[in-house]
Amino acid sequence: MNDSAVRRAVYTVIGVLILVVMLFPVYWMLNASLQPSGNTLTAGFLPLHPTFSGYQRALSEQGGNLVTSLIIATGTVILSLAIATPCAYALSQFRSRWVSVGLLAILISQMIPGIVIANALYTAYERIGLLNSIPGLILANCASGIPFAILILRSFMLSLPPSLVEAARVDGAGLFRAFVAIVLPISKNSLITAGLFSFLFSWSDFLFALTLTTKGGVRPVTLGIYQYLGTQVQNWNAVMATAVLSAIPAIVLLVAAQKYIAAGAIGGAVK
Amino acid sequence: MAQATITRTTDARGTGPVRRSRGRRHRGEDLTKILFVLPAAVAMVALFGYPVVKNLLMSLQDYGLRTFFTGAAPWVGLKNYSTVVTDNLFSDAMVNTALFTIGSIAFQFVIGLALALFFHRRFPLSGVLRSLLLLPWLLPLIVSSATWRSILEQDSGILNRTLSWLHLINEPVPWLNSPSVALIAVIGVNIWIGIPFNVTLLYSGLAEIPDELYEAGQLDGATGWRAFWFITWPNLRAVASVLLMLGVVYTIKVLDIILGLTGGGPANATQTLATQSYERSFIDFKFGEGAALSNILIAISFLFAIFYLRSTRRAIDE
Repeated sequence: MNDSAVRRAVYTVIGVLILVVMLFPVYWMLNASLQPSGNTLTAGFLPLHPTFSGYQRALSEQGGNLVTSLIIATGTVILSLAIATPCAYALSQFRSRWVSVGLLAILISQMIPGIVIANALYTAYERIGLLNSIPGLILANCASGIPFAILILRSFMLSLPPSLVEAARVDGAGLFRAFVAIVLPISKNSLITAGLFSFLFSWSDFLFALTLTTKGGVRPVTLGIYQYLGTQVQNWNAVMATAVLSAIPAIVLLVAAQKYIAAGAIGGAVK
Repeated sequence: MAQATITRTTDARGTGPVRRSRGRRHRGEDLTKILFVLPAAVAMVALFGYPVVKNLLMSLQDYGLRTFFTGAAPWVGLKNYSTVVTDNLFSDAMVNTALFTIGSIAFQFVIGLALALFFHRRFPLSGVLRSLLLLPWLLPLIVSSATWRSILEQDSGILNRTLSWLHLINEPVPWLNSPSVALIAVIGVNIWIGIPFNVTLLYSGLAEIPDELYEAGQLDGATGWRAFWFITWPNLRAVASVLLMLGVVYTIKVLDIILGLTGGGPANATQTLATQSYERSFIDFKFGEGAALSNILIAISFLFAIFYLRSTRRAIDE
């Protein structure tokens, strides 16, 4: 008894060490962001004299870009969920031979490289004037949000008993009203999971930001970091401060919505 | 609240009114059902169907900067393909893509499996530690790239400083600046990014193996390595093969990390099919050639998927 308690404590210590190694880069990003600008990289392991000059610079240079990213990510969540949720419901509850066709299409879509989508959208956007626009980027980011949201939501909705909706129909509700009044409230958790991931995908997007914007007007923060990295980096503390600010959504979601994140990682992949 | 609804509705199942109302509404219903799927179908066609078709067409056209001004994109048959395939960089890019994909997946999987097995033991905090481990996977790739650029920086990066402090190296390693080590460094960073995903999926696979199997195995003397080899691995194979297939499909098209770390350099040492495709389209503005390269990328991806589907079908038949 005592022996196994010791062993488990040793496991915990090893587990913490593994985590320290794996998350060291994240710590290093935070550490570097708090160093003064001249010698950011030569800094020690602890920010003994933390300064926020990196953050000041980051906010003044990238603040607008952070807002742009926020708007795009929020828009992607709304559009992705609005499009994906009814479809996920249909794929989980309606009986039709088209269901397997739809699922196959979604799986195949995961194999399409982003650069293929960027190639085609660039030429189309160029013609219809969506280059350098927030709606254009929201639409492009739905390419990662929609299929993932459909898979997550469907895997949850498969477990909904059909009788749930049928009862509402007895009371005279149409299919759509029953969907809104019954299915949506019950699916709250999976909607949150799908929404969180759509947000992260869109917030993290770099490829579409890089290819579908050509001039400075609309610039998500990922592109801002890339441009910082473009040539010899002058101000590492500002770069790392921007990186920390861009990492905040991921960190917040991981801490606040732990169970949704793990559920999403598994639900989206094993299908 | 939800509980109450469920109880009430189970009673209503199969009673008369449901059936009757169904018949009456049947036609309008079919229309509504279509409306449920229509937006997603349109979106999928616009965001995936159109790009694939457009890329196929562009790859057969002289689609370049001029096209954007004059609208002219003359058909050139397979010329774009022959141009990109005979380019000196093509074989390098193919080899790099293969090394990047195989190297990333092999290490992500082995390390991921080791960590999943470790966290599968029950000990205090294992759940919390395991979920914090997901962080590298959730960070924007460009954030990870920036962080690793600072860690791998040749003169003052913390990695070289630590290694020389430990007397493991005599002079700083030019991780991202030397053609001979840049690809290794890029693969290393990608392994770091992919480990959490592998741990999570393999852990969920491990959690599904019933404890009774191990208890029964123990009676037959299957413990330690033997338990892994005769119980864990056979039961984990399905999850492992899905994971490896997803790994190939996702890794082969990686672009962000490479662009952020090296931009394909130094001296094209980290060019892959994806970075080449990007450069031809968006740096050289030769969309026809870029499309040809990305179609080759899709074709390779599909080959893997078909291979995977056939092997799983065979597994089911057995």
